[in-house]
Amino acid sequence: MNLARRTLIGIPYLWLLLLFLVPFGIILKISLSDVTLAIPPYTPTLDLTEGWSGIRAFLRGLDWENYVFLTEDDLYWKAYLSSLKIALISTFFTLCVGYPIAYGMARAAPEWRPTLMMLVILPFWTSFLIRVYAWIGILSSEGYLNQFLQWIGLISEPLQIMNTPTAVYIGIVYTYLPFMILPIYATLDRMDESLLEAAEDLGCSRLSAFWMVTFPLSRSGIIAGCFLVFIPAIGEFVIPSLLGGSSTLMIGKVLWEEFFSNRDWPVASAVAIILLLILVIPIILFQKNQEKEQEADA
Amino acid sequence: MRRFSWFNATALTLGFAFLYVPMLILIVYSFNESRLVTVWAGFSTRWYGELFQDQAFLDAAWVTLRVAFVSSTLATVLGTMAAYVLVRGGKFLGRTLFSGMIYAPLVMPEVITGLSLLLLFISIGLDRGIFTIILAHTTFSMCYVSVVVSSRLVGFDRSVEEAALDLGCTPFDAFRSVTLPLIAPAVIAGWLLAFTLSLDDLVIASFTAGPSATTLPIKIFSSVRLGVSPEINALSTILILLVTIGVISASLVSKRRIVQQKRDEQMAEQAA
Repeated sequence: MNLARRTLIGIPYLWLLLLFLVPFGIILKISLSDVTLAIPPYTPTLDLTEGWSGIRAFLRGLDWENYVFLTEDDLYWKAYLSSLKIALISTFFTLCVGYPIAYGMARAAPEWRPTLMMLVILPFWTSFLIRVYAWIGILSSEGYLNQFLQWIGLISEPLQIMNTPTAVYIGIVYTYLPFMILPIYATLDRMDESLLEAAEDLGCSRLSAFWMVTFPLSRSGIIAGCFLVFIPAIGEFVIPSLLGGSSTLMIGKVLWEEFFSNRDWPVASAVAIILLLILVIPIILFQKNQEKEQEADA
Repeated sequence: MRRFSWFNATALTLGFAFLYVPMLILIVYSFNESRLVTVWAGFSTRWYGELFQDQAFLDAAWVTLRVAFVSSTLATVLGTMAAYVLVRGGKFLGRTLFSGMIYAPLVMPEVITGLSLLLLFISIGLDRGIFTIILAHTTFSMCYVSVVVSSRLVGFDRSVEEAALDLGCTPFDAFRSVTLPLIAPAVIAGWLLAFTLSLDDLVIASFTAGPSATTLPIKIFSSVRLGVSPEINALSTILILLVTIGVISASLVSKRRIVQQKRDEQMAEQAA
């Protein structure tokens, strides 16, 4: 192996080892440590100058205490479950909103499609924070939505949407919508439309042709879109903290507060490790779906 | 046979209204005279003036731009190298680990990436500031760059590179004069993606910034927590317009390139 090739592989490899894998090991280590009032605020710390005895003393200091603590305090269980629930419900709504849009795009005139595509991608490039922020003005009790509903006389008292889980659902559906539309559109766009004609010739109504032909054929796009929304939504921080208020419990927010407000680094690290373990399952399922998709294409 | 029904038209209209109305409201109300953002009190560009007077915002914007520029450039170099290694590198020790480390940051929750990098910086005693934000942003955006570039590398025929090597190019020359021009659109797209990711990032920057450096998203987040403010509306409008101009011009450029390519192919066919 020559030097050029070694450098080419070595530089990005080393970068990722040092700034991705090592930090990961550090989280794992700190999640097994104890809190102290010191800098750094945890113990034990590894002292390599003492050689083997230092390492042994270090290993003896590690324990599962933080994980036991997580199981004992209701807050964490509730936060994990509530994150999963919120992610699941918002993924479902994103699908309900995204599918008709993807369908409409795939059936639009070919010369319109690049423009429609650009209109879907544009919000994706726009700051996430700003798109979440836009909803504060709409949903708050004296916000535009309540003003409008009161103006048309539908309600007399302002609706309390802001700082409830509903606001978080709206925020997730809104910000993650492009991730749902694009994979579904890709599968619908590839679909052979003569299949639909065949179904109708064979006596299907248009609706049943949709359920029996179009919907199953777009399945891999639906699965991909759902995972692309579900996986990041679980660990979401910005949306629950801006729209959810104190009544919405999500694990990303708990981790943030554990770290920045309580300054309990070992517990924050343990929360992160459990969150990762929860995410491994959907990530593997997503990978499987993508591999199957690629095989089908080949 | 295309079926464009009322259902499709309604779905598209409502769908795009949902995507765009919140941003339009933001833009319209950034020109509101009143400090009360939900009450319209006449047209004014007052908040833009106040925004450009606000030194804290300007400083944050400057920090953000520097971080985004340096980190996206580093990420493009590293990500392109990584993509080349993954697609053309053949077998080497630890290849599975390498591709795992490229894909994992894409699905990692930002709070975890941020926390882990912060813990790293603290345990090696690195002072937090602009430099640490750059390191953090480079790490996660190089993975995005590498995914974008490798999909382009997979897409084109390897024999062109091999021809260059057979004709006596060194591997580096072959890369520079054959591979790089072919993957250039993906490299540029990767750089733009890395740049926007860095501009947008709140969570990872908050963990890795420390008290000495404040980026624009950190500044926006801390003032938005107190509620809607007209300055933030003005700032959002500027950012939305910049992105819109960028995306529209990028799509025009790529459209022209496709047309040009088709014309070249036609001419080549006619010549042959």
